[in-house]
Amino acid sequence: MTPAIELRGVTKRFLTPSGGVYTALRDLNLTVQPGEFCAVVGPTGCGKSTTLALISGLEPASEGEVLVLGKPVHGIAEDIGYVFQTDAVFPWKTVLDNVAAGPRYHGRTTGQARSMAREWISRVGLSGFEDRYPYQLSGGMRKRVALAQSLINEPQILLMDEPFSALDVQTRALMENELLSLWANTRASVVFVTHDLEEAIALADRVFVISAGPGTVKANYPVPLSRPRNVTEIRMQPQFSQIYGEIWNDLRDEVLVSYERQKLSGAA
Amino acid sequence: MTAPSSAPGNPAPITDLSALRIRARRRRQLNIYGLRVLVAVLVLGSWELTTRIGIVDQFFFGQPSGIARQLWIWITEETALGPLWQQVLVTMEETVLGFIVGTVLGVVIGVLLGRNRLLADVFSIYIKAANAIPRVVLGALFAISLGLDIRSKVATAAILVFFVVFFNAFQGVREVERNLIANARILGADDRRLTTEVIIPSALSWIIASLHISFGLALVGAVVGELFGATQGVGELIYSAEHNFNANGVFAGMLLLAAMALLAEAIITALENRLVRWRPPAVGSEVQI
Repeated sequence: MTPAIELRGVTKRFLTPSGGVYTALRDLNLTVQPGEFCAVVGPTGCGKSTTLALISGLEPASEGEVLVLGKPVHGIAEDIGYVFQTDAVFPWKTVLDNVAAGPRYHGRTTGQARSMAREWISRVGLSGFEDRYPYQLSGGMRKRVALAQSLINEPQILLMDEPFSALDVQTRALMENELLSLWANTRASVVFVTHDLEEAIALADRVFVISAGPGTVKANYPVPLSRPRNVTEIRMQPQFSQIYGEIWNDLRDEVLVSYERQKLSGAA
Repeated sequence: MTAPSSAPGNPAPITDLSALRIRARRRRQLNIYGLRVLVAVLVLGSWELTTRIGIVDQFFFGQPSGIARQLWIWITEETALGPLWQQVLVTMEETVLGFIVGTVLGVVIGVLLGRNRLLADVFSIYIKAANAIPRVVLGALFAISLGLDIRSKVATAAILVFFVVFFNAFQGVREVERNLIANARILGADDRRLTTEVIIPSALSWIIASLHISFGLALVGAVVGELFGATQGVGELIYSAEHNFNANGVFAGMLLLAAMALLAEAIITALENRLVRWRPPAVGSEVQI
């Protein structure tokens, strides 16, 4: 079976404003199977978000190959959804028009797009808020809008960049459970970037640990916990702590490396 | 700056609080209106007084009662150029046309250059140079090349408006959040959609902010255009008053222009409130108690 996403020996370099070269990712290999929910964890600044930018086609790779659904990525790929870390819903559009944007861009009439959007708005539990503007919503509600906005395009690949990191703990658990139930109906392949190992294990089928920058995949762990899951209950299971212990052993070293470097650059 | 609304341990009921709030707001409004009237009375009163007792020569500096009399004559009888409403209408027409032409050109070229790096790099030096010239003198050129009819005034007004709107539109386009652009592209927006649905709405707050200033500039352009040669209009009215050493006439004309500018400002504010409904209300408008 063709993997949904395949990164082969990918390196990404950026030009820094001072003219130097910064290597964000080096020789990164990562494979995601169709319908698989993958989480990517790693210390701050290890290039987690860069990985998503490469898969989505927002940024080209400097070296190596990026394949999505078996085809090399050139520019923005079709069939991709992207939920950003910070708010990226359009502040000048109502909830309804925000969610309807995707279908409209794909050639639907405004009427068709809006009726599709109404359905998705009710699926993410925002019925009654169709005419609100984003500034009138709470952070959790804006995330729901962002989810509906991405999922309405029925993407085969869903990329999520620390989408819930700005939410409070309770809202976050709520959103994680909703994400799992929404995803269960789509069976899209997901790459979920997070710095929270617990969140990664609770959500994913597989966890990739990225090393301190330049990022490369240090190890990947399958998470053989049964589905459907409840993210708050699953944390109580003994198997959960066992997996957590294993992955944390790996991750801790990288976090320490990254922390030491930050202290050094702070002292310099 | 937020004073606690009630002593701790003794919270006021919510209904009382909101009544208090409304009352405080009303009191503040009344205070402001009262102070405004007071400022007007003080300024006009001292002006009237000093010209009456002869400290200030009313021949050169006019006199409030004289200005009012002049306005009354213009309204009830007519001006040296014909009925007053006609002069106001002519100037208004020149201003509005110049405003529209300048705004449309400013937005279109601003967005174009904001979206296209090469065009921006090539033209930026010429636009900066053109912006450095005191552009009102172009009114003289337009009077020669376009004649003494409405076109030369519209052109003068438009050129003044253009640069202000252009720079704001350009900056607005440049300041669009990258996240929003990325999101729209992922959702499937092509270049045209990106411009109409993300870039322009995002730049709109910048553009509309510039419209407040630029309507005033359009008025300046129209009046300067009339000064360079015209047969009708408020600017021409002021010009003819000046030729007759009628200081009151000059002030009366200025008063008319101010009234026109205030009216336009109200219309633009209404337009702004309609177009940028999606913005959270300004925090400063809350009254503190």
